[in-house]
Amino acid sequence: MHLTPLTRPLLRPLQGVGRPAAFHLHGALIQCCSLLLFAVPWLNGGPTRALSVLLAVFGMAAVVAVLSPVLTGMQRTRFRDRLGVDIPGIARPGRGAAPLWEQLLAGPRAERFWPQARYHLVFGPLTAAAALGALVLAVVSVAAVTIYVWIWALPVEVRLSQAGYSTLAAYVTAGGAGGLYAAVWAVKALARLDTRVALSRLGPTPAERLARRVEEVTESRAGVVDAADAERRRIERDLHDGAQQRLVSMAVNLGLAKVTLTDLPEDARKVIDEAHREAKAAIQELSDLVRGLHPAVLEDRGLDAALSGIADRAPLPVRVRVDLESRPAPAIEAVAYFVVSEALANVVKHARASRAEVTVERIGGILLVVVSDDGVGGADESGGTGLAGLVKRVASVDGTFSISSPVGGPTVVTVELPCAP
Amino acid sequence: MRAVIAEDSVLLRVGLVKVLEAAGFEVAAEAGDAEALLAAVAEHRPDLVVSDVRMPPGFTDEGVRAALVIRRQWPETAVLLLSQYVEERYAADLLTGDTRGVGYLLKQRVADVEEFIDALRRVAAGGTALDPQVVSQLLLRRHSDPLDRLTPREREVLELMASGRSNAGIAAQLVVSESAVAKHINNILAKLDLPRADADHRRVLAVLRFLGVG
Repeated sequence: MHLTPLTRPLLRPLQGVGRPAAFHLHGALIQCCSLLLFAVPWLNGGPTRALSVLLAVFGMAAVVAVLSPVLTGMQRTRFRDRLGVDIPGIARPGRGAAPLWEQLLAGPRAERFWPQARYHLVFGPLTAAAALGALVLAVVSVAAVTIYVWIWALPVEVRLSQAGYSTLAAYVTAGGAGGLYAAVWAVKALARLDTRVALSRLGPTPAERLARRVEEVTESRAGVVDAADAERRRIERDLHDGAQQRLVSMAVNLGLAKVTLTDLPEDARKVIDEAHREAKAAIQELSDLVRGLHPAVLEDRGLDAALSGIADRAPLPVRVRVDLESRPAPAIEAVAYFVVSEALANVVKHARASRAEVTVERIGGILLVVVSDDGVGGADESGGTGLAGLVKRVASVDGTFSISSPVGGPTVVTVELPCAP
Repeated sequence: MRAVIAEDSVLLRVGLVKVLEAAGFEVAAEAGDAEALLAAVAEHRPDLVVSDVRMPPGFTDEGVRAALVIRRQWPETAVLLLSQYVEERYAADLLTGDTRGVGYLLKQRVADVEEFIDALRRVAAGGTALDPQVVSQLLLRRHSDPLDRLTPREREVLELMASGRSNAGIAAQLVVSESAVAKHINNILAKLDLPRADADHRRVLAVLRFLGVG
């Protein structure tokens, strides 16, 4: 339909009322189900005296309350299908949501039983009634707005009155328009209100929601950490299988040329010699870089073997003591390796130390990594050295990092990583 | 002398074949992984096996494990392992038991063709060739101790000894006379309470045993 610029702003408030309307109709259906329960005692005549009527009503209310897990399930479906709102299940502390039959058996002892019962007995029916009222008002308003159409279209003998094109019809049209805007606003507002209340009554409490969110975040962070580790391993493998082999093969060929091409002129020999040296230097540099990523031996033989390699390549004497009965998780091993590798690189760069010491041990559920040196001290984790990256990497697995580095030394980096005992 | 090569990088395999042929070996077979290597050794019974440590499918220590199988089944076969990184653990695995005809070198050593050919011949003849990096890692493991009593020069000599060099080789490397080397070695053996021995490999064996891997 082509809307002129004038009618578009008039129609805008009416847009998007379809989903909430369907949502309320669905809700009314669910409320009818529980209303039918209330009608059960009267199927065969039923009680008529005040007391027995009261008893019957209360009895049926109790039945509805007991059935509230089932009703909650229905409501959850309604919110998801009609509005796309997900009401999370109610998890028991430290476990997932209980299965339906268990909740039914638990009765009033079930997790968050009373808020659910209150919703199904009080708030749900009231909202459904109000929403139905609003929908009826909307339908009536549409009829009123289009009164001129009825006047024009219906044959004279069917018309209710001979109002004709009177001013009354104009009032009716205006009233209908007002009613329509009010009804649409009410339908949308009631859907919002219902969503808010249902989320707080039928879902977990805010504290539970927060706890669950923390769980999710922790899980996803572990996933990110693992993914980063896997990526490092992949890069290491790619470099090992690609560039490193190519460089070695180039150096081998140059070495062969040096040995076999003895009758070359002096300057050509010099060029080959130079290229050979360069290739070997490149191999060394690349090896050191790749080694820092994730050495194969770490996966293969664990921290002790991998750390002895780092210690050996360090240009100062490093003592390594790794005291572990069993291997920690791969992610923890990778972080521990990275800590030692970075810390030693820092020692070499800044500390002017004559020796360093690395110890790794497990104390209960903690993997304790200590890197110390006898250098000049004055290291500072905010100082823009490699320490900042170290702190982040340690935090990514819920570890703690501390550094003691008085001016004049010694510097001691202590890292605690959680690991199952 | 017949050799079998195992290396998953085709480029490097070609280079290795050239170097081995330059050294006077006949390359009987080339393999791309540990399984093919074992099959080739069973078929050709070579005098020497040159193998990469990291090979498919796992890319960890396949070469080391294959080497151990070869040493067990065909003890007379010399094995030289090459690796991007030398790890003392692998060296320790390799050197338990019989250390004759065992080599473990960084891959890039192949580029120093003359030294590498020297190492090839030494291993094929039943000697030992250990990368200086392995030796220093092994030394790193032994902190306590008589090793601290060695002078830096004596440590250097010990490392060269452990990597399988002869007195002449050590003398050439350190640019000293052979008699000076012999004196260093006597001092070392005295300081470490090691029995004096003549043959190269027995000397290495003694050193390695001292390092805690032999």
